[in-house]
Amino acid sequence: MSDATRQLIENLNALAAGLFLLTAFGIVAMRQARGCLMLFIAQSLLLAVSAALLGLRFDSGHLYGVALVNLISKPIIVPWLLRRVAPAELYTRREVDQVLNIPTALLIALALAIGAYFLGIPLAKAVGPSSVGPNVPIGIAGLLLGAFTLTVRREALPLLIGLLAMENGAFLAGISIAHDLSMLVELAIATDGLIIVFIVGVLVRAVAKQVGTTAVGELASLREAAARNTERAA
Amino acid sequence: MGERIFYNVLQVITVMAFAPLVSGVLARLKEMVQSKRGPSIFQPYRDLWKLFHKDEIVSEDSSWIFRFTPYVVFVAPIFVTLLIPVLTSYPLFFAFMGDMLGGGFVLALAGFFATLAAVDTANPYGPIGASRTRMVGFLAEPVFMIVFFTVSFVAGSTIPYIVQQKWVTPIANFFAPSHVLLVLAFLMLILAEGGRIPVDNPTGHFELAMIDESKSLEYSGRGFALMKWGGQMKFFVLLCIFLNVLVTPWGLAAGQTLGDVLLAMPLVLFKIFCFILVLVFIESSLAKLRLFRIAEFLGAAFVTSVAAMIAQVFLG
Repeated sequence: MSDATRQLIENLNALAAGLFLLTAFGIVAMRQARGCLMLFIAQSLLLAVSAALLGLRFDSGHLYGVALVNLISKPIIVPWLLRRVAPAELYTRREVDQVLNIPTALLIALALAIGAYFLGIPLAKAVGPSSVGPNVPIGIAGLLLGAFTLTVRREALPLLIGLLAMENGAFLAGISIAHDLSMLVELAIATDGLIIVFIVGVLVRAVAKQVGTTAVGELASLREAAARNTERAA
Repeated sequence: MGERIFYNVLQVITVMAFAPLVSGVLARLKEMVQSKRGPSIFQPYRDLWKLFHKDEIVSEDSSWIFRFTPYVVFVAPIFVTLLIPVLTSYPLFFAFMGDMLGGGFVLALAGFFATLAAVDTANPYGPIGASRTRMVGFLAEPVFMIVFFTVSFVAGSTIPYIVQQKWVTPIANFFAPSHVLLVLAFLMLILAEGGRIPVDNPTGHFELAMIDESKSLEYSGRGFALMKWGGQMKFFVLLCIFLNVLVTPWGLAAGQTLGDVLLAMPLVLFKIFCFILVLVFIESSLAKLRLFRIAEFLGAAFVTSVAAMIAQVFLG
């Protein structure tokens, strides 16, 4: 492989990682539940692209496998599963409220992403020359932003997507650290992710049936306790 | 030396001559997307011609600022044209006077005077629009700064002629994450600063909803023509910075002969036409944002520009 080609592949990988970071910000800030899902699909596609490019760069069949597993499980099976098990109300509602307003949430997310630099660069240095590009720090930033999404969202579907985005971030960092992870591990992680989606989807469905809403952030107190309080007040 | 001055003047003439055409083509294409025929693409020229031959009426209660502003608004983009690459990829005679940051300041001066003039006449709609423009402006300002700082961080300079070489040699640099994210952030800025659709509706005729247009409501005749022409040239100059410096630094004249420079003219106009197609697509597929959602739109632009910066830092 010539130097120019290698440089091009590394830059394309860095571009995929940069856009990955952008989608992570989008998941924090997006108002619509459906938009959140679309951003998650885009993020998973970018992860697959990054894995394929790194596979090309290091001539590693395992990374192609990672790309393929990601390509099938997240952009295709996850939305399909959600559509099957989650209540349709989740998709029809346009506005999803947050704990913080959007500019504030974005500014905190920016601070987290900059903080990821201090976590990611020493890690990337410790791995040595086999870690190329910004995958490790951006992966860690994706992890932190996913966790942040979990804290600021009050709606079930964006919460689930925040969880999956955390996994995406860990993956993005992982593929540039370990090129030759066993295929079994990748498949196990992918299946795990799908099972999480399935369980959360069923849970949300049950919650929506019981309470009539999927805004789980508003479910702050247990019903019996609330009932007892009202009795005491009466 | 002599020909460099001549080419510089030629750049100014290009901007002055084709800026109304750009807005005419843009308006026509938007109407065509909506299945209407729309006005001729030369309509902006006819408007300007008509306005220059009309009487100008100036309120007795307005001060000198109101009379002076059209000239500032008209001259500022011309001044910026002297600094940036419109036709040539090598610096021309006046290019030493300022970099991209300087150009931004000159355009901001025009905006400042337009705001003052809008408040000056005490027409109730002028100050509303002026304060809204300032709101969009101060939200766009940090994005502008981060974009320029990232550019200078990556390319080692804020001089547009040096920056544009950075993205194409080697070609792998074109796909660097910082470059692509910068382009995205700057695209959002152009939409905000040019008063295009997710932020402002340029074809709206309802005074209460106006942002950019209401500043020139009180002008008539020659003053209005200058304001209009100045606004069109400002948009053209922003497009030139965006396309010639950031997105596609190809097609500019590298040779010194007059033929090379004249050949660059249709190429640059073709690039602008391609971008207008993208712009029409954006404008036709989005709705105008509510006023307080603009902060979120520009917040997204800010995050994109900062992401461009940290992607560059993360490269190691």
